Parts: sequence; C-alpha cells; structure tokens
Amino acid sequence: MDERYEIIAEDVSFTYPGDETNPPVNALRGVTLRVPKGSYTAILGRNGSGKSTLARILCMLETPEKGELYIDGKLMTGDKVTEADILDARKRVGMVFQNPDNQIVATIVEEDVAFGCENLGVPSGEIRKRVDDALETVGMTKYARHSPHKLSGGQKQRVAIAGVIAMKRECIIFDESTAMLDPMGRREVLDTIDKLNKEDGVTVILITHYMDEATRADHVVVMNDGQILKEGTPSEVFSDPETLWSASLDVPQTTELLYGLKKKGLDVPLDVFDPERCAAVIAGAISSRGGVKNGDR
Amino acid sequence: MKMDIAFGQYCHGDSLLHRLDPRVKIVTAILFIVEIFLAKSAASFALIVTATVFLIALSGISPRIILRGIRPIVFVILFTAVINIFFVRGAKPLVEFWFIKIYPEGLINAAFIAIRIIVLIISTSLFLTYTTTPIALTDGLEQLLSPLSKIKLPVHEFSMMMTIALRFIPTLIEETEKIMNAQKARGADFSNGGLIRRARALIPIMIPLFVSAFRRADELATAMECRCYTGGKGRTRLNVLKAGPSDLVFALCVVALGAAVVLLNVYVPFFRVGVY
Amino acid sequence: MAIVELRGINFIYNKGTPYETHALKNVDLSVNEGQITGLIGPTGSGKSTLVQLINGILKPTDGEVILDGVNIWDQPKKIREARFKAGVVMQYPEYQLFADTVRDDIAFGPKNMGLGEDEISERVNKAAAFAGLDPSVMSRSPFDLSGGQKRRAALAGVIAMEPKVLILDEPAAGLDPGGRKEVLGGLKKYQRSVGSSIIIVSHSMEDMANYCDRIIVMTDGKIAMTGVPSEIFARYNDLIGLGLDVPRITRVAASLSRRGVDLGEVYTVGYAVEKLSELL
Repeated sequence: MDERYEIIAEDVSFTYPGDETNPPVNALRGVTLRVPKGSYTAILGRNGSGKSTLARILCMLETPEKGELYIDGKLMTGDKVTEADILDARKRVGMVFQNPDNQIVATIVEEDVAFGCENLGVPSGEIRKRVDDALETVGMTKYARHSPHKLSGGQKQRVAIAGVIAMKRECIIFDESTAMLDPMGRREVLDTIDKLNKEDGVTVILITHYMDEATRADHVVVMNDGQILKEGTPSEVFSDPETLWSASLDVPQTTELLYGLKKKGLDVPLDVFDPERCAAVIAGAISSRGGVKNGDR
Repeated sequence: MKMDIAFGQYCHGDSLLHRLDPRVKIVTAILFIVEIFLAKSAASFALIVTATVFLIALSGISPRIILRGIRPIVFVILFTAVINIFFVRGAKPLVEFWFIKIYPEGLINAAFIAIRIIVLIISTSLFLTYTTTPIALTDGLEQLLSPLSKIKLPVHEFSMMMTIALRFIPTLIEETEKIMNAQKARGADFSNGGLIRRARALIPIMIPLFVSAFRRADELATAMECRCYTGGKGRTRLNVLKAGPSDLVFALCVVALGAAVVLLNVYVPFFRVGVY
Repeated sequence: MAIVELRGINFIYNKGTPYETHALKNVDLSVNEGQITGLIGPTGSGKSTLVQLINGILKPTDGEVILDGVNIWDQPKKIREARFKAGVVMQYPEYQLFADTVRDDIAFGPKNMGLGEDEISERVNKAAAFAGLDPSVMSRSPFDLSGGQKRRAALAGVIAMEPKVLILDEPAAGLDPGGRKEVLGGLKKYQRSVGSSIIIVSHSMEDMANYCDRIIVMTDGKIAMTGVPSEIFARYNDLIGLGLDVPRITRVAASLSRRGVDLGEVYTVGYAVEKLSELL
C-alpha cells in the first residue's frame, strides 16, 4: 500500500461481544481513514461514538473483525501477521491514554521515560541520551529525578508523552489525553502536541470531544454511531454546525455566534475561530451594511 | 492524612553510603547482621556499636531521624530486656526479693540484647531504606537473584511487580482517602459501633477501591503493551548497576569487621555471654 | 438569606510539619439560598478544601462554618447532620459506587440518615428521576452501566439525601458536550423544582456563564471576586490576570468593543447574537 500514509484503515468494523446483561455493541461499522505522514488529525465524537475503539484498532490493541489496517504501508490484519510484525508496528505508533496515573510504571520520572526504550533493548548510553532529549522536548527536565506521584495532571501527561517520543515513534495517538486535565494542564499538553507535530514532524492523531482542540488539527474526522459522519479541514467541518449538533457535539463559540448572525441575515463566514479575527469579521460585516445604528438615531 | 513512616523511609542525600551499589549494600547488610549476632563479648559489642556510629556519620543522616526510627520498637526492646533481667539465671544473684532473683548475667544479657536490637534496626535501615531508593533496592535484588532465573524462577516478573506496587501505593492511599470522604459525605460512619458494624462499614470503601485497582491494573497493562513490554527478555536498563572501587573497599571493611568481631570474642572475652 | 456562611476561615494542612500548607486564608463568604453559585479558580486555589469544610469532612484551623443558621462545629458529635444538610458530590463520583444494585446504592445515604423503608424508597425514586436515570436500570448492578449513567447514579445517591445545599465538584468532568448539557441542565431543573441551593465547582467559565446565578472566584486560598456573572465578566482583564480562562464569546465581545461595537457584558452566545441583531 501507499507509503505516504502512516496509517490506513480500510472499511474497518468491530463488535464488542455482549454478555448476559449487555447486548453486543457494533462499535465500528465500516470506517475508512487515511492518515498522511506528518499530519495532524483530530477525531471527534461523543462518548460511545466509536472513536476510542478506532484508536485501539489503530494501536493494534484490538483486531478488526472486518477490514484492513496498514501501518507504514504494511498490512497488519489477517492470518499472516505475526507477533513480531505487530511489535515492529508498535515501534512506529505510540499511544498516550486518558488517565495520566494509569500509564506511568516507574517511581522516578526518568525511569518511566526510559521504560519503552528498555523494552526495545536500546543500549544504556543511548537510552540516557534519548531520555534527556525527550524530557527536554516536553519541558520536564527539571523533574527528571522526581516521583511522578507528586506531579500535576498536565505534567504527568507530559511525562507519558516523553516516554512515547523517547522510543522515536513516527506517530502518536492521543486517546482523550486531555479529558481529565484542568485548563492549564490541557494547554500544556496541547502545546506539546503542536510542537511535536510542527517541529519534529511527528504524525499526530488526537481523539477528543473538545471542539476547540480540534481546531488545531489540519484534518478533522467526526464520528457518530460507529461511522464517520463528516471529515475535512476544521473550516469545512465547523461550517456545518447543524450536523455536529445532531451528533450531540458542540461547535466553537465563535462559530455558534457567526452561525446565529448568519441566520439573522448578516453575511459572515463560519470558519473564523480566533476571537480577535471573529470580532474583525463581524465589525467589518456590520459596517458594510451601513454601520452601527446608534441608539438615538 | 499523616502517617509516621520514619522507619523504612528513604532520606535523600549524596553520601558515600547513598552512592554505593545497591547489590553491595544488600550483601553487606546481610553480612553486618551476621556480625551483630556473632558479637558475644563487651569488646566485640563495643566494636559493632562504633561501626554503627561510624555508618551514621558516613550517611550524613541526622541522628534525630534515626532515633525517630527506633521509637516504634522501644516497647519491644524494653520487653525483651525486662524478660532477660528477670529470667536469666546465673551463679550468684545480685538482688533477691521475694521470688524475684536478679543475676548479673541477666543484666549483662539484657544490655546486650537491647544493644543488639537497636544496632540491628539502625544498621539495616541505614544500609537499605534510608540511603537506597526502593527502586534501586528492587533493581539490586533483581540482579542479585538473576542467576535463579536460569532455574525458571520469575525473578524479573517479581521485580516488576515490586516496582509497580511501589509506584501505586501512594496513588491507592490517596484514592482510599477520596473514597472515604465521598462515603462520609453520604453519612457513612466509620468510627462508631462494635467490631462487626465497623467491619461492615468498610464495604463501601473496599468495593470501589478494588474495582478501581482492577481498572488501573487493566489500563496499566494496556499501556505497558503499547510501550512494547514483552517481559524481561532482551531488556536493557537506563541505569546499569556498576560496582566501583569504593564498593570494593566498603565490602572489604565490612568483612574485616567480621574478622575483628570473632577475634575480640576469643581474645578479649570480658563479659562474655553464653546464653545467646 | 445565606444558606452557607464562612467567617474568618483559615485552613492549614499538616500543621507543624515541613509539609505545612496554608490552603485557605481568612476566607469570609456567604452563599445565597435558592441559587446556583459557581466556584471557580485554578487547581490548588483551595476550592476542594472549601467544599470539604462546608460539609464538615475537614475542620477549620480557625473560623466558623455556619450551615443553615447553625455553627456545624458547635456539637462535634453531630457532625453527620452537617453532611446530610450539605450533600457533596465529589469529582468523578462514579468511583464511589459499591452496592449490588443501583437502587441500593442510591439508598445508602438515606439509610445512613435512619429514615424508614417507605420514605427511603420514595426518595430513591424521586432522586433517580431528577438525575435522569431510567427506572429500568434501578435493579441492575451499578458496574454494568455506561459512564454517563454511572455519573447520574452517583448524583442521585446524594440528591436522595435531600440536602439543603447540594455541592458538586466538577460534575461534568470527562463528559462529552451532550452529557455536560444533560447533567448541568438537569441540575438547573432540579434546583428550580426543589428550590434548594446548589454550589458548582468548575474550571469551565463557559459552563459557569451558562448555568450560575452568582460566581465566586478563588485564587491562592483567598476569595478574589464575587458577583453575578455580568459583574464578574465585566472584570475581563482581572480574570485573565488571575490566570483564568474567559469564555471565547467574552473575548469576541471585548474585541468588538475595541472596534467601536459595544455590546455591554456578554458571556453567552445567545445573548451576543441577540445584542448584535439589535444593532443590525
């Protein structure tokens, strides 16, 4: 398959088997996704839309019951795939999870960052260098010898990210990695993700239900009920608030405002997310309609 | 919640003792314990005590912290000492009072036993807990025991379990406190009633705690799998344990101390005790 | 009338140890009855400590906690009464579920209050309805529910105690936008129909703007501002100076007013659209 893509999922389906109290769940129903190398993709969806199942499949934690998965052009589904192939693919694709506490293994920050490299059998001197570089990238050098337990949520997630980049992964999947963080922690993590994508060329897949996080991506995929409801650039996706609302998602407040004004007859675009630029657009549109009516006119 | 955990707590520092290879510390700690039990005369006890004082000085840990470590076992020390005073029989009683007879041997024995327990606690915590991080201890233990993996003993797995346990103990303590507060907020009462009622009152804490611990274990296992963990085979380490010249010198000193203790027992046998 | 009053509260964790932290410093505060009050502030500003002081999980180092006209520490033996009057829903409350069935779990609080069987079962049903729980899940195990349903079951467990004031720490954390709206909207409905008081602790200025009658801003163990939302958002620059987020819509309005389009204090999108269309 095409090697310009880091990950290709072709018509993937997945069902969680039920038990005596819960019926089986069709978590994914024919999803096709292509993630170009070096891109930044956001996958949006409500809880239960199938976005986390998709993430688990992309990370080879689940095997799709139908469809194919290619990592860096190599087929990862079917009978011919061995444990070794999967391990190889895992060296390319890493994952950062939702709960910062449940992915940190060691009692010292740098030991945890080293964990993945140790598993790969990287020589000690090389691990040291990678760990130092990774901690530098996420801005946690100061905490190298600290206990992870005492760090804030955002800092723990940055340690987890460092652990993934120390393994020199080409692609990182963030499975709702900001959901449990406060606004400050979210900002820290998102800025780190931006930096990885823009400066180090890491392919990023961000799974989230926060709309304003998705505006940072170059490609947005909206999932609903196990299928892709809509995809495109953030501008394309958020220009259609009604579809998003129907999937019980939100749009950024700026889009909601512009949409409201458009319905009142003001000629404005919907895809302006920056508050400053949004204000400029509105002010411009109002003045082109003959200026602001003064209260006493 | 503040627990008195002075005994068994790592004290950050950069002394010679801190920097020693954990494997050397584990082995010498065992050796030192043997030497404590070998000491049988006043002279050899004096030597052991001197060595312990020297170790304290070497570790740079404040004596206050060390004394705090002994506090929890003061009762044990007193109890064994008293038993010795009253029950050890010798040739000629020092004091006789009703049915109680105290012999000089009893007093000497009591003193030696007290010193022995105190020195034992201080030296093992100095070697192991105060100057060695739990993770270094686990590492040291794993490497010392690694020959056993040849006979299929799961040495790496055991050490990984220890590491994870150490990592999650503070998290679970915090979680217990959170759940307790949540149930208290719903009117749960943990401090009144008899034993059975109190035990029953723990159910609303234990169940959520277990559920959460299993969930954490599950998520951690997935995260480890994603980080290419496949067991101990082919793993390298960030910090490789390396024993240097100072480790060798230290180990030799501890061996020499053992020799000195034995020699003193034989050649300077004042107040030699025979009972223990 | 004030349902909760704090007078000269100081709270120090681990007093007399090297870990001593002064979490609350001379806090005076009153929370109005029959309103939704929002408590906002960065992590570590003392919000959670404040919540645990109100229901007597923590005892102030000094100062008085007056709940429904009674100083809760006047009779330390009766501190449980304070917990029934001030029902606290902790962060991620679904992690406190424990009973065999959802019904038993919700009944845990009322049972601890020593109520009769009939009253308990009536309260459980009422609370479940308020929390938006379907009657069909009542006899299922709480561990079989979906994340959102677990959250509601935990919420119902506190509502069933019929507290005079309901305090929620980040009730919508981790929920998607639909779930957020349902939980927060449900709380507003509950408050309207029962007339009780609610305190919501949250990081989300946007949620505060949409659901609260009054907002208290805390930073560094102190009360930084109190007022109705329009008063709080009027101090746009102060909020940013305190390191807090302001709703994106408030940023747009501030920028618009610099461009000569003054909308007044705007903190919800609906209001902004309304104001702007008046100008067209």
